Amino acid sequence: MKHLLATDGLDPRLATAVLDTADELKKTLLGREVRKLPTLRGRTVVTLFYENSTRTRVSFEIAGKWMSADVINVSSGGSSVGKGESLRDTALTLAAAGADCVIIRHPASGAAHRLAGWLAESGTAVVNAGDGMHEHPTQALLDAATLRERLGTLSGRRVAIVGDVLHSRVARSNIHLLTALGAEVVLVAPPTLLPVGVSALPVTVSHELDAELAALDAVMMLRVQAERMHGGFFPSAREYSVAYGLSEQRLKMLPEHAVVLHPGPMLRGMEIASAVADAPSSAITEQVRNGVHVRMAVLYHLLAGEEEK
Amino acid sequence: MSDQVLIRGARLYGEGDPVDVLVAHGLIAEIGSIEAAEGTEVVEAAGQVLLPGFVDLHTHLREPGREDAETVETGSAAAALGGYTAVFAMANTDPVADNAVVVEHVWRRGREVGLVDVHPVGAVTVGLNGERLAELGTMAKSVAGVRMFSDDGHCVADPLLMRRALEYSTALDVVIAQHAEEPRLTVGAQAHEGEIASRLGYAGWPASAEESIVARDCLLAGHAGARLHVCHVSTAGTAEVLRWAKDRQRAGTISAEVTPHHLLLTDERLASYDPVNKVNPPLRTGGDAARLRAALAEGVIDCVATDHAPHPVQDKDCEWAVAKPGMLGLQTALSVVTETMVRTGLLDWRGVARVMSERPAEIAGLPDQGRPLLAGEPANLVLVDPDAEWTVRGTELASLAANTPYEGMRLPGVVTLTLLRGRITAREGKIG
Ligand SMILES: [Zn+2]
Repeated sequence: MKHLLATDGLDPRLATAVLDTADELKKTLLGREVRKLPTLRGRTVVTLFYENSTRTRVSFEIAGKWMSADVINVSSGGSSVGKGESLRDTALTLAAAGADCVIIRHPASGAAHRLAGWLAESGTAVVNAGDGMHEHPTQALLDAATLRERLGTLSGRRVAIVGDVLHSRVARSNIHLLTALGAEVVLVAPPTLLPVGVSALPVTVSHELDAELAALDAVMMLRVQAERMHGGFFPSAREYSVAYGLSEQRLKMLPEHAVVLHPGPMLRGMEIASAVADAPSSAITEQVRNGVHVRMAVLYHLLAGEEEK
Repeated sequence: MSDQVLIRGARLYGEGDPVDVLVAHGLIAEIGSIEAAEGTEVVEAAGQVLLPGFVDLHTHLREPGREDAETVETGSAAAALGGYTAVFAMANTDPVADNAVVVEHVWRRGREVGLVDVHPVGAVTVGLNGERLAELGTMAKSVAGVRMFSDDGHCVADPLLMRRALEYSTALDVVIAQHAEEPRLTVGAQAHEGEIASRLGYAGWPASAEESIVARDCLLAGHAGARLHVCHVSTAGTAEVLRWAKDRQRAGTISAEVTPHHLLLTDERLASYDPVNKVNPPLRTGGDAARLRAALAEGVIDCVATDHAPHPVQDKDCEWAVAKPGMLGLQTALSVVTETMVRTGLLDWRGVARVMSERPAEIAGLPDQGRPLLAGEPANLVLVDPDAEWTVRGTELASLAANTPYEGMRLPGVVTLTLLRGRITAREGKIG
């Protein structure tokens, strides 16, 4: 693996290898007091965040540190696109300074692809940590790891992705990865929050959450951004919650083995009832925990995989 | 250089037997079998096609304000090399061409350079703000003699203001050219709204945002009895609207242009995230491109216009979202038309003359451009080698910028000679 830019087109065997590595790492570290492996000693990993996301940045940072990499944070939070030094110049500076891997979060779709193009000659690896409305591949990998853990396999499992699919890079990455790994995906959302051309994706579409629940193995709730609520995408938070929120009542309609996921941060009460978020069906805390192991596995495959395997 | 040129053995409009064309004193002096008099410059043109010089209704020359992207001089050179003898320079310069001073400056620079007739387009509204009419009459009556007004880059979205612009224009006998884009439907838009944009995470620019404005404007133009020109038609639906509007055409006159890139390129190019493919309106689907080619062949769309939009490298070698929209077009237009329209059998060379020269000259009201190839007519001419091919290299183009989407592509149809009022402005890929 040279870069991790998207799950769209990601070889399912490679994805499975990353998930297997994550499992191994999790087992290796389980119960250890000092969670530190020497694997990436002497390697430099830079997190380059043009959008604030403490949870993703910290997860990558811990992943790097647990593998003994030197992790450097470069945050441009607050600085908007198009101001200051160009992304291209920043990229070239980081490569020249010796970064082995750049983990980028950026509000523009395709920014990670552009970065990889500019860094092609330097050999610096690029990880997409979320680009605009495009993809967030490590989130999809950690979701897949969590589902595998709970359900044993993804093959033949039915997963609903519920909410603001239109603006969600998490949804896009999950659609590609879950279907590549053999799961069926149903998108549940109002028509205003579904992308145009959704029929070209390997998914089914529903506007009725209740009609889907009984047949699901997992339900993945998406975040509804506050600015969408007044953007005319749906009439009110209340109506949204009634139609698409995961209430306790709906939880009861799911099969017993079904798993509830949410990429966070959660809007408790609106997207998901508080009791549902904390119920045994919920794997939300495990998602966060698995996030570190999955990101360790990604760094391993990018920076150490070839030599050490 | 002699002031007489003999073009020997070209086929006029690619039809009939080869003939000799003698150009003297800025006019076509004689057509037939002609002996070269002493001192006459002879151009051997066997196998080549002679056409009236091309007229581009939609060029961005960037002067004044962005002389690092293009100037009247470099843009004129690109135009001459592309076979053009007249171009219309869009008003979205800095300062905006919304007053007589700016349009006269651009016009005068064009005259000084002398490679192509540069006709400034005046802004419809002050500062392109879409709020208040610019002084259309003053610009029309200035030495620049503005014939076309457009807020291109922006849509005159307010229907009342558009109505007033159209009504007011009728007294000046000028044409209002609209960049059709309903702004409320394209907030944040980055690419054609469809499967590919959805997959890549680009905010969508829906076809209906163009089609709804074109439909509205056609109705308003009819109501006002005005001349409306629709810029860079990009969707199959717009072609349908135009067909309907032209059929029912009441008092108004409706014309439309399509760009070479919308005839050839599609949104499948976007997967690279390379902003060289970013343009406004965006590249549409293969189905749209096919319908646009058919509409151009049928005359539903009147002409080809380049929307030549040079940008310096830093405005393109960046993230898609911050990149400026636009691509170069003047030097590649004929080749793209050859590829999409001639090689496909949709147009013959007489048809090319219609869509690249005659119709645009008529729409803009230019009396000495797009004229028939007859003795006594002004010698604004282009000679084309229809069978030759060339490989596009952005850095080798005459523009200051190099943002061509055709980089590395091999294209047919080469301009070998351009004459402006009998004077050679470009020959074999070189100026003069
Ligand atoms: Zn435009």
